Amino acid sequence: MKARVPAVEGWFTMDEDQPHLLGNRCVTCGTVFFPRAETACRNPGCRGGDFEEAPLSRRGRVWSYTTNHYAPPPPFVAGDPFQPYTIAAVELAEEKMVVLGQLDGDPTRLRVGAEVELVLATLFEDDEHEHVVWKWRPL
Amino acid sequence: MEVETAVSGTEAAPQASGRGRVAVLGVGMHPWGKWGRSFVEYGLVAARAALDDAGLDWPDVQFVSGADTVRNGYPGYVAGSTFAQALGWQGAQVASSYSACASGATALGAARAQILAGLCDVALVVGADTTPRGFLAPTSGDRPDDPDWLRFRLLGATNPTYFALYARRRMELHGATDADFARVKVKNARHGMANPYARYRKEVTEEEVLASPLVADPLRLLEICATSDGGAAVVLSSLEFARRRTTGPVRVAGLSTVTPRFPNTVIEMPNFATDSAATVAPPESPFRDSIAEKAYQEAGVGPEDLSLAEVYDLSSALELDWYENIGLCKPGEAERLLHDGDTALGGRVPVNPSGGLSCFGEAVPAQALAQVCEVTWQLRGQAQGRQVQDAKVGLTVNQGLFGHGSCVILER
Ligand SMILES: [Zn+2]
Repeated sequence: MKARVPAVEGWFTMDEDQPHLLGNRCVTCGTVFFPRAETACRNPGCRGGDFEEAPLSRRGRVWSYTTNHYAPPPPFVAGDPFQPYTIAAVELAEEKMVVLGQLDGDPTRLRVGAEVELVLATLFEDDEHEHVVWKWRPL
Repeated sequence: MEVETAVSGTEAAPQASGRGRVAVLGVGMHPWGKWGRSFVEYGLVAARAALDDAGLDWPDVQFVSGADTVRNGYPGYVAGSTFAQALGWQGAQVASSYSACASGATALGAARAQILAGLCDVALVVGADTTPRGFLAPTSGDRPDDPDWLRFRLLGATNPTYFALYARRRMELHGATDADFARVKVKNARHGMANPYARYRKEVTEEEVLASPLVADPLRLLEICATSDGGAAVVLSSLEFARRRTTGPVRVAGLSTVTPRFPNTVIEMPNFATDSAATVAPPESPFRDSIAEKAYQEAGVGPEDLSLAEVYDLSSALELDWYENIGLCKPGEAERLLHDGDTALGGRVPVNPSGGLSCFGEAVPAQALAQVCEVTWQLRGQAQGRQVQDAKVGLTVNQGLFGHGSCVILER
């Protein structure tokens, strides 16, 4: 079995059962950022620059969604033959933010407002690795 | 420095207004298409057309403002000097701007500021592009720190993906239908038939639109703008200079290049997420609304004063969003405006009489300038075959990747 590695370093936990997206939180004003804020807090009323790790909520509601029927250009790694895939924009109630992710599941019954949960799924494979990314799975 | 707070529009008067003090003396374009030649050539053709239209010679220009292209190597990053050299060095001052789709408006804003400051009388603004076929892809190479690279890598979030997310939400929230989106395309195709600069000049039926392949559900191939080659140029001058040469020149009433306010709660290309609104309340006006609000504020006019608008229809559905963002109607009412024919030629406030991106395809740094060219022709009564009757005030609006607003209000 190939080793499962994250397709991007440090954006999510590799916990296969209960994965979390990893943002960060400004310790001065409490604002959460995803992807993490690197240099300074982006709240214009805050001069903070120190952050703590902030795992995001694992559940949210669909803000919108779309299925792509054409293979995107590189650096996307398209399967052969290419399979249409769905992207969902998901609203997290606690963080009051919308986060994109591919959908892991059947898009035909998806609706705005539907509840989804974060999972880890394979983005693409090469000879040695399965490259893993976060996806939203309908509940 | 005094900080401007509320965006509510009514009370927050701008500290300075350039309203009416700068004239559009000349406009010119190179036709849009897939010509396979250098962007410099398109810019040169457009610049000479704009200078001829203004009745000026190139040596009369004191400031050159280039809108950059990032797809044509170094000459594209220094577009101002590239065009100045192509026209022949004559010592003019120069600036080059890049702000993605908003580059033209940013370059226009830079030129206008020079004139308003009294540093020059005549400025030439030029943007041109040569674009590849297919999706606009990120620039090549492995760049795992660049969100524009990562969104393709991790999500496959193409540009149409974002347009489709807005379109789907519009359907579920406001009951928009596939047929509504198709009708926007049909309208714009009809408008563009008479435009000699448009790339696609062919009537399209609702059935043809709905029979075209799905790209990013619910958007279809005929509803998503293509990428094109093209060039556009604008000659700006002080109003005094213009009045010595012409009567009743078109004037710049307002120009907005605003950035968003935190927290920006709409998911935008090329981002993975919105800002969080958990600690700071969202602004009264979402970003796209605030773009036009700023220009209205400076111009001292409102949506009810518009004779026409050129909006950035990257997709057919997005045009409907713009109706609401520029205040032509309340959220959820855009479909009614479309059905009533209000936004078609002959209607109350025609939108995209040029044919819009639907008929042009996008030539990134030239597009915002092309919008200004069209509104100028409309206000002068020179938009043959697509003229809005008795046009007095026109608005252009667009949004560039990474938080660039762009809105220009012209008046006669
Ligand atoms: Zn902070």
